[in-house]
Amino acid sequence: MSGTVLTALLVVVGIPALQVGYAILIETLLRLLPPQQQWRLRPWLWLAPALLLLVTFLIYPAVNTLALSLLGPDSRVFVGVRNYVAAFTSPEMLIAFRNNLLWLVLFTTLTVVFGLLLAVLTDRVRYEALAKSVLFLPMAISFVASGVIWKFVYEFRPLGLPQIGLLNATLMRLIPDFQPIAWLVHPLFNNAALIMVAVWVWTGFCLVILSAGLKGIPAEILEAARVDGATEWQLFRYVIVPSLAPTITVVATTMVIYALKAFDVVYVMTNGNFNTEVIANRMYKEMFNVRDFGQASALAVILFAATVPVMVANIRRFRQQEALR
Amino acid sequence: MKTAGLLRRLPLHLIVIGVCLLWLIPALGLLISSVRPPRLVSSTGWWTALLPPFHFAVENYVEVLNAYGMKRSFLNSLFIAIPSTVIPIIVAAYAAYALSWMRFWGREALFTVIVAALVVPLQMTLIPVLRLLNGLGLSGTFPAVWLAHTAYGLPFAIYLLRNFIGGLPRDLFEAAHIDGAGPLLVFFRLILPLSVPSVASLAIFQFLWVWNDLLVALVYVGGTPSVAPMTVAVSNLVNSLGQNWQLLTAAAFLSMLLPLIVFLVLQRYFVRGILAGAIKG
Repeated sequence: MSGTVLTALLVVVGIPALQVGYAILIETLLRLLPPQQQWRLRPWLWLAPALLLLVTFLIYPAVNTLALSLLGPDSRVFVGVRNYVAAFTSPEMLIAFRNNLLWLVLFTTLTVVFGLLLAVLTDRVRYEALAKSVLFLPMAISFVASGVIWKFVYEFRPLGLPQIGLLNATLMRLIPDFQPIAWLVHPLFNNAALIMVAVWVWTGFCLVILSAGLKGIPAEILEAARVDGATEWQLFRYVIVPSLAPTITVVATTMVIYALKAFDVVYVMTNGNFNTEVIANRMYKEMFNVRDFGQASALAVILFAATVPVMVANIRRFRQQEALR
Repeated sequence: MKTAGLLRRLPLHLIVIGVCLLWLIPALGLLISSVRPPRLVSSTGWWTALLPPFHFAVENYVEVLNAYGMKRSFLNSLFIAIPSTVIPIIVAAYAAYALSWMRFWGREALFTVIVAALVVPLQMTLIPVLRLLNGLGLSGTFPAVWLAHTAYGLPFAIYLLRNFIGGLPRDLFEAAHIDGAGPLLVFFRLILPLSVPSVASLAIFQFLWVWNDLLVALVYVGGTPSVAPMTVAVSNLVNSLGQNWQLLTAAAFLSMLLPLIVFLVLQRYFVRGILAGAIKG
């Protein structure tokens, strides 16, 4: 125990000291060079730690994964596109694709719509800050903890036993003759049940960003529309939504990325059983259970390919921002 | 008049308060169940505990902390999250300084790569990085997750800090240059003190992200309980404890404790960080 405390101290004090030492070292060395050389080398030396880490842990591995996806399970034999063919034909994978599509549509729509509506509604009450904190709270906790919270809400007991899950207990109280449902097993509800957990977590994120955008709409514009006799709905539909369009795009693309990469919720709550599989969880299984690194890499590449449109959109938006600087 | 206004606004209040309750109640169920005796948790709904007779106990916490190793994994989460927050911030701040205030060939292209890297799924890196860490004998150790989290956190950290540091007034740097201040002095005396608000946002963001991460921990240290963080420990308990809700809820609440405190105390900075860079990979 004291050993770990010592290590921890060493790390918390030692690593930053090393990092500061690095800056002092490079500047001391640079001073030995003629000014022309200094100017040329300096940026690269300040960038070096970041570049080294990015290349080692992000860029090279990504390129490597691309290559691995064309190789067999243990990366020894070239198999061409076999892993991709398998990915697009195996029944389990097709279910995963279907579910990711479901996540993409349901999760993105619900988080953005709830976020937008709640941004507008909380804007009109005096306890706005408190309400937003409450709705934002799930963002602070892990998906593992959220998974436990909701697994307990969805808990199912056969008819006749006391229902300790909130959802079944509530529905049985409200609806006469209601049969308790195993929410995480029932094929009609289980994917939606998982998606709702993620919606519970991410709505607050959308709310906070959209709410900030809403505050940015000049009060005169809203006032002018009201004076012209616009109803609150017209105000929302024809003034607020169009003004927020760029913000909505940013939020929606972030949600799309999350929907594609959905992993934790599924891993913790069903581990992809009962037809709730998603690509990221399938990839984890191929990697650690099946140990087919070629297949796992192909799934990673498919996931990556799906994010490329968002990436391109982000770069384009970033270029526009830069042009305005 | 006033009552009419109140009545008209009643649906609004009902919706907002109703949604807030809907958001809170599931978490409340977790908290309450974690302090109920096992026998009651499995036989009655947690909401019955809100009415007398009251039966509360801390034994669930004692049990998960000691018998189920949550004490160990709580410390592991700290050992993972603190260095994984400190290291990338300093590395990113150096890079952001170079990207905003030094002129060099390829600067724009490099920053474009960083913007692109924001959304690359981690899955693209898992296998090669795992092999690399295995090769170095690092997998299953703290440095493995520190390095991985540092690298994975860098694109966002550089993006956020570059936008902030690049937005500092040019006059400041010119004045410092005229006074003969070198890059070291400029960075540690000018940039760093001025960047405190955005560094704070970034620190909270990265800390919570690492603390709450499951995938990275699972892949690089998942098989080593002496190093694995709480997210891995709790997800293992979900599999092994199944219906022992009093223990699962206690373990999950322990894993939420620190993030909740951080969030409640430093919410302002967290929100600012989210607004500053709404695209995290």
